[in-house]
Amino acid sequence: MSSRTNVSCLHEARRVAIFGGTHGNEMSGITLVNMWKQNSAEIERNGLLIKPFISNPKAVEKCIRYIDTDLNRAFTPENLSAPDVEGRLYEVQRAKEINRMFGPKGSSDAYDVIFDLHNTTSNMGSTLILESSTDLFNLQMVHYIKKAMAPHTCLVLLNEHPQLKYSTTRSVAKHPIGLEVGPQPQGVLRSNVFESMRTILKHALDFIEFFNSGVEFPPCTIDVFRVQERMDYPRDTNGNITAMVHPHLQDCDWEPLNRGDPMFLTFDGRTILYEGANTVYPTFINEAAYYEKQQAFTTTCREILAANAIRKAFK
Amino acid sequence: MKAVAMPTVSRVAVCGGTHGNELAGIYLVREMLKKRADGTEPVSVVTVMSNPRAAQLCVRYVETDLNRCFTRAALSAPVSETSPYEMVRSQELNALLGPKASMQAVDLLCDLHNTTANTGLCLITYSDRDWICLHICKHLEMASTPVRYVHFDIPLNEAYSLDSVGKHGFAMEIGPQPHGVVRSVIFSAMQEGVQLMMDWICQFNSGTLFEGGWVDVYTMVKNIDYPRDSETHVITAAVHPDLQDRDFCLLHPGDPMFLCFSGETLRYRGKEALYPFFINEGAYYEKGVALSLARKRRVQIPSVHIY
Repeated sequence: MSSRTNVSCLHEARRVAIFGGTHGNEMSGITLVNMWKQNSAEIERNGLLIKPFISNPKAVEKCIRYIDTDLNRAFTPENLSAPDVEGRLYEVQRAKEINRMFGPKGSSDAYDVIFDLHNTTSNMGSTLILESSTDLFNLQMVHYIKKAMAPHTCLVLLNEHPQLKYSTTRSVAKHPIGLEVGPQPQGVLRSNVFESMRTILKHALDFIEFFNSGVEFPPCTIDVFRVQERMDYPRDTNGNITAMVHPHLQDCDWEPLNRGDPMFLTFDGRTILYEGANTVYPTFINEAAYYEKQQAFTTTCREILAANAIRKAFK
Repeated sequence: MKAVAMPTVSRVAVCGGTHGNELAGIYLVREMLKKRADGTEPVSVVTVMSNPRAAQLCVRYVETDLNRCFTRAALSAPVSETSPYEMVRSQELNALLGPKASMQAVDLLCDLHNTTANTGLCLITYSDRDWICLHICKHLEMASTPVRYVHFDIPLNEAYSLDSVGKHGFAMEIGPQPHGVVRSVIFSAMQEGVQLMMDWICQFNSGTLFEGGWVDVYTMVKNIDYPRDSETHVITAAVHPDLQDRDFCLLHPGDPMFLCFSGETLRYRGKEALYPFFINEGAYYEKGVALSLARKRRVQIPSVHIY
């Protein structure tokens, strides 16, 4: 029995957006959002305004990640407050539009929840991405989703790193959630990946509907992987990569990487070992879009987050 | 079959980056270019980055698919400053490695490709009786990756890909690999494939008799597109999970092919069991191809040796 003083009372979540095509070649989200824009029956929930939305339509049209700059890095305070100027990068202009439509970021007018749908070439399976370890609503939601998806595994990535955290499209909302499902090549739609993402969203919307109807969610703990460090490929003086992810590391997202484990294999067959002092859990291993961001993989450490019970606040 | 005598394969071209985001070939060509030839090799190899602009941008092509620009018509079309980059480039490559269908063309052109489909290692060519290509395929059977010989029955004039420029030629296609990614296992397989090809050529050129035998040849019969909305043309289904990744596994009439977003399963309606390949290749959505279907048959090849 939970003590009444330990239940956090939170505002209803009335306005929810589902973003697909933040990257124009990540096909699950694009396909789902286009499908729901045509027929929204599947995503309708009592009392909820749910808006499926294509974030980067020009990139989607060309089936490329972005036109001028990565939209999912563009929601910085500088960009969002910059004046409208001709010749502005497309995605910066788009970020301002999205901030007007679904924000303003940080204000009470912002959408309650934004789900941002992504795919990765990495073998990450179904991953939920959080930006805060203290957002109780989000913590309870991912806990609910993980339970509902079982035995299908859903892991949680927490990016709260002061330097490595970035200004995502979804950060406009009060409660931003990233859905990252892989492996899937860019420009490809794999049925199993599509259906996983579709099911995750179904459970997420169920949670919000339950929450809004007054259901109390008991205290819980959530296993998360917290972002630590970005590891680049070895490169030559011209910036070209000189090695590939080692076959023993390739596809081993979320598995422990210990000192002395193989990490990279050079083109001429030499193995480079991981030299870090602590065991880490790599993710985003060999993501296509990250070659240009100097990222072969990201290291994480395991952590258990605790969340209070939550309930909708009475008016 | 009687043994066949053939000219030496003295000039070989290895091309990568015909599609600028198929990275195993690009990195392999870069590595090969780093190792300077010392002039003592038994066979002269020219290594070419076919589409350097696309490779630099890590895109399949800049304006048009380079690997469709090698028909006789495309190679003889007048080009100007306003021509698409790849149309100009195909004519440059034809001058360098061809001209196609002439005596000056390289003896063998090996064009390196990757696919998002689970094809394993394939040699893709226009002929089912090119003994050089078939023997190289047979030799590649000793590679750690199973190899298959895929044949597109198109006359030379209409053959549109770079490999048709050489007197003998094939695309060496390895999947699955996402575009824009290099997977070390795929890179190693491609490196091994090229090495085995060069071994065969060197042995052949030094007088080795290669015994004849049998090779399974997969001849392309037709392509199948995704089901699409009749008005918007948007796809309405994904390749069925039971078919996804099952390249070269026989597809029978009635087998699942697509899983519609509505939940319905669409099945293969053809009368003949065929072999699917290039199942869910990312670059083929815009070409209206979800998968290709091939007929398999055993082809007898003669023993070969040089004149």
